[in-house]
Amino acid sequence: MNRLTWRRVVNAVMSVVTALCALTAVTPLLFVLGFLAVKGVSSLNWAFFTKLPVPIGETGGGMANAIVGSGQLLLLAAIFGVPPGVLGGIYLSEFGGWTVPFFVRYAADLLVSVPSIVIGIFAYAVVVLPMGHFSALAGGFALSVILLPIVVTNTEQFLRTVPVWLREGSLALGAGHWKTIVSVVVPAGLQGILTGILLALARVAGETAPLLFTAFNNAYWARGWNQPVSSLPFMIYYYAQSAYDDWHRQAWAAALVLLALVLLINILSRLVLARKMAARRAA
Amino acid sequence: MATSNTVLAGGLPRKPRERWRWLGGTRGVDSIAWLVTLIAALSVLAVTVWLVVELWQRSKLPRDKFGFSFLVDRVWDPVFGHFGALPFVYGTLVTSALAMIIAVPLGVGAAIFLAELAPRRLSDTLTFLIELLAAVPSVVFGVVGIFVVVPWVRTSFGPFLKSLFGFTPLFQGPIYGVGFLTAGLVLAIMVLPFIVSISREVLLSVPVELREGALALGSTHWESTWKVVMPTARTGILGSIFLALARALGETMAVTMVIGNDPKIMASLFAPGYSIAAVIANEFTEATGELFRQSLIELGLVLFGVTVVLHALARLLVQATAQKAKGAA
Amino acid sequence: MIPSTAAKVKKVTEPSDPQTAHEAAKETARELEPARADASIKIRARNVNFYYGHKQVLEGISMDIRERKITALIGPSGCGKTTFLRILNRMYETVKHARPEGEVALDQDNIFDLALPNLRRRVGMVFQKPNPFPKSIFDNVAYGPRVHGLAHGSKLVELVEQSLRAAALWDEVKDSLQKSAFSLSGGQQQRLSIARALAIDPEVLLLDEPCSALDPISTAKIEELLFSIEGRCTLVIVTHNMAQAARVADYTGFFLMGKLIEFNDTKTIFTNPAKKETEDYITGRFG
Repeated sequence: MNRLTWRRVVNAVMSVVTALCALTAVTPLLFVLGFLAVKGVSSLNWAFFTKLPVPIGETGGGMANAIVGSGQLLLLAAIFGVPPGVLGGIYLSEFGGWTVPFFVRYAADLLVSVPSIVIGIFAYAVVVLPMGHFSALAGGFALSVILLPIVVTNTEQFLRTVPVWLREGSLALGAGHWKTIVSVVVPAGLQGILTGILLALARVAGETAPLLFTAFNNAYWARGWNQPVSSLPFMIYYYAQSAYDDWHRQAWAAALVLLALVLLINILSRLVLARKMAARRAA
Repeated sequence: MATSNTVLAGGLPRKPRERWRWLGGTRGVDSIAWLVTLIAALSVLAVTVWLVVELWQRSKLPRDKFGFSFLVDRVWDPVFGHFGALPFVYGTLVTSALAMIIAVPLGVGAAIFLAELAPRRLSDTLTFLIELLAAVPSVVFGVVGIFVVVPWVRTSFGPFLKSLFGFTPLFQGPIYGVGFLTAGLVLAIMVLPFIVSISREVLLSVPVELREGALALGSTHWESTWKVVMPTARTGILGSIFLALARALGETMAVTMVIGNDPKIMASLFAPGYSIAAVIANEFTEATGELFRQSLIELGLVLFGVTVVLHALARLLVQATAQKAKGAA
Repeated sequence: MIPSTAAKVKKVTEPSDPQTAHEAAKETARELEPARADASIKIRARNVNFYYGHKQVLEGISMDIRERKITALIGPSGCGKTTFLRILNRMYETVKHARPEGEVALDQDNIFDLALPNLRRRVGMVFQKPNPFPKSIFDNVAYGPRVHGLAHGSKLVELVEQSLRAAALWDEVKDSLQKSAFSLSGGQQQRLSIARALAIDPEVLLLDEPCSALDPISTAKIEELLFSIEGRCTLVIVTHNMAQAARVADYTGFFLMGKLIEFNDTKTIFTNPAKKETEDYITGRFG
């Protein structure tokens, strides 16, 4: 075989090998979706959404309380995390000099990379210990610590794509800095910011580790924000680890519901963002 | 042109609002807004510092009692209050190493295909799907792990490996299904999207001129990729690997659900083990006694330290490549 | 006083050859009556220096800008003409480490002493690229009056209409005031920017190459518009287009490498420049 043929063969072989790598990288998603679709859909019924869990041994029941609980936790996370996140992002993009943004960005980056179980320990130390018991508040706080740096980073990024000439147009009319931000800059970046918040919420919606010793679990409806509360991810973990077929069945159903929610938000947001970015580039 | 006038006769007094400079050079509402947003931004910094302080202070007992030997002692005995973290460190390292061995070649290969060889549309679609994989919650991987991967390893994949490599100590002993191997497999799937998507970006940031230069000299597509593009992108790809490693080390739920949760150090990959994150997840709520709980918090601190260092390194590497690519353009 | 626009807007299409451009400019300039020297002075700049960090970009600029006249600033790119323009309403403050020196007075007031919103209310600005806000056409024009609390309700509606009329845009948009400003064409967007600036009734309007992103027809409309608003405010226009300066300006200043080389009435600058650099530039020998 002469040299040129050899080089062509290597080229062809490596193209096929890397293509197979890419294919292999996609298959896990298809497998996960496939199994969840088959196992999950067959386990899903109306009771899942409307009934409370039943004690071991009885069949039936649902996860209504866990669905509501997840909603409560996300609401708390949003209340604690979104306002400082958006305002902080505004600071970084609109007011920042060099020093403060540098350290804040670094901290945000670091905080995002912290394993979520460690965030759980942190929330346990600063909320559960002083309160003396597990609570929805502690769980919401833990999730907000994960949410905060993501929202800060996203907000800053989207505001940075707002062109300088928009700001100048407003400033040149004698509008103040804050007025310009509120009535021109933020509206121009609003869709991106909201999508970013939604993505961040989707991310924390699936977090389990930080809830293990903060929100903990509750077999009934939570009686208040300072009481333990159940959540979908926790129930999935709890039921999947158990030894009962009926619970396994419900774990599949819950996993399907959680995944469908998270993926749906992801797909929609990415489409919106892609369109937005394309429009920005065209303008 | 007028040369003098009354207004300017004595020179205008200049007062550049020095009083407000410390407030960012703005007034009134703007100053308040500046202050409020500054506080919001600083909250990120504050939470980070607070987290480190809490972890440090609340893990004082085991640090004083065991010192550095905490990490290399292999006995974890809550009953007698003796805590050595070696089994967890070992489990974490073995599963992460296994995950990287599987995910790195696959991920880099896929990234090369997506960035260099695939048509744009196909590349975008596949990347979209692979990035969706990153959005799948960890506990969902755990469910699939428990009910699908564990039985598969026990009945098919494990025996297959045993028949091939049974002579090495790595593949001996009974196959439970749960264990290092299964955890490593699940972790590999979980970190794969990070390697693919960051490596692809790094590769795409290599300027087109370099590729064209190589092609113009008569290189094949693969040669231009392997000999010209890859060397430029190498540090950035290394960065993506570090990032994936950081995730693998700190991953909790999926590993907890498939590793077997047995604090033993075994050579066989079929054996059940334990990881740092898994032991915190399992034992934290049951930790009676201050030393027990603080030992778990110290494990959290270790996890934190390692991921932070890896993450910082990864960032530096990715940035270095971006700069190099810019310089080459 | 509103000069007859017909006489001034004679040549709209610009010859591309610098030599012909010069001839055309000369011809246009000759038709102008010499600007009245007694027109009162709106802005006085004395010994203005400007620095970005340690880099000096303007050096000893002194200039009198006359009231209700059009003053053009010309010169090769990077000569400091835009920087000078951005001193007049302190837009340079959006840039870090930008530092002016010297004295600039607007009527009797030192512009560096005025509160920023007040200064910018009095000295409006139109930018190189049309910059409509992501709002409706109406809200764009109403933005300034709302910020400064100048008008509400029906008075605001009236003000918006007046401003759009003044910017010669009313007839084109009167039925679509609630439409997004992005639905307008580039030339319309630029006229919208002018209407937006006029809505707060500025004493001075700064225009930073307002036609550089527009086609010749839109350019002609804008130039015509400039004459019609000359009567109500002082205009300062930066342009890289000498023919445009000759067509529209009463006074012209030539900048080169951060210095004001020559400043005089437009006719003199284009027909009988005092400095060799000016002549070289307007005859197209460089720049």
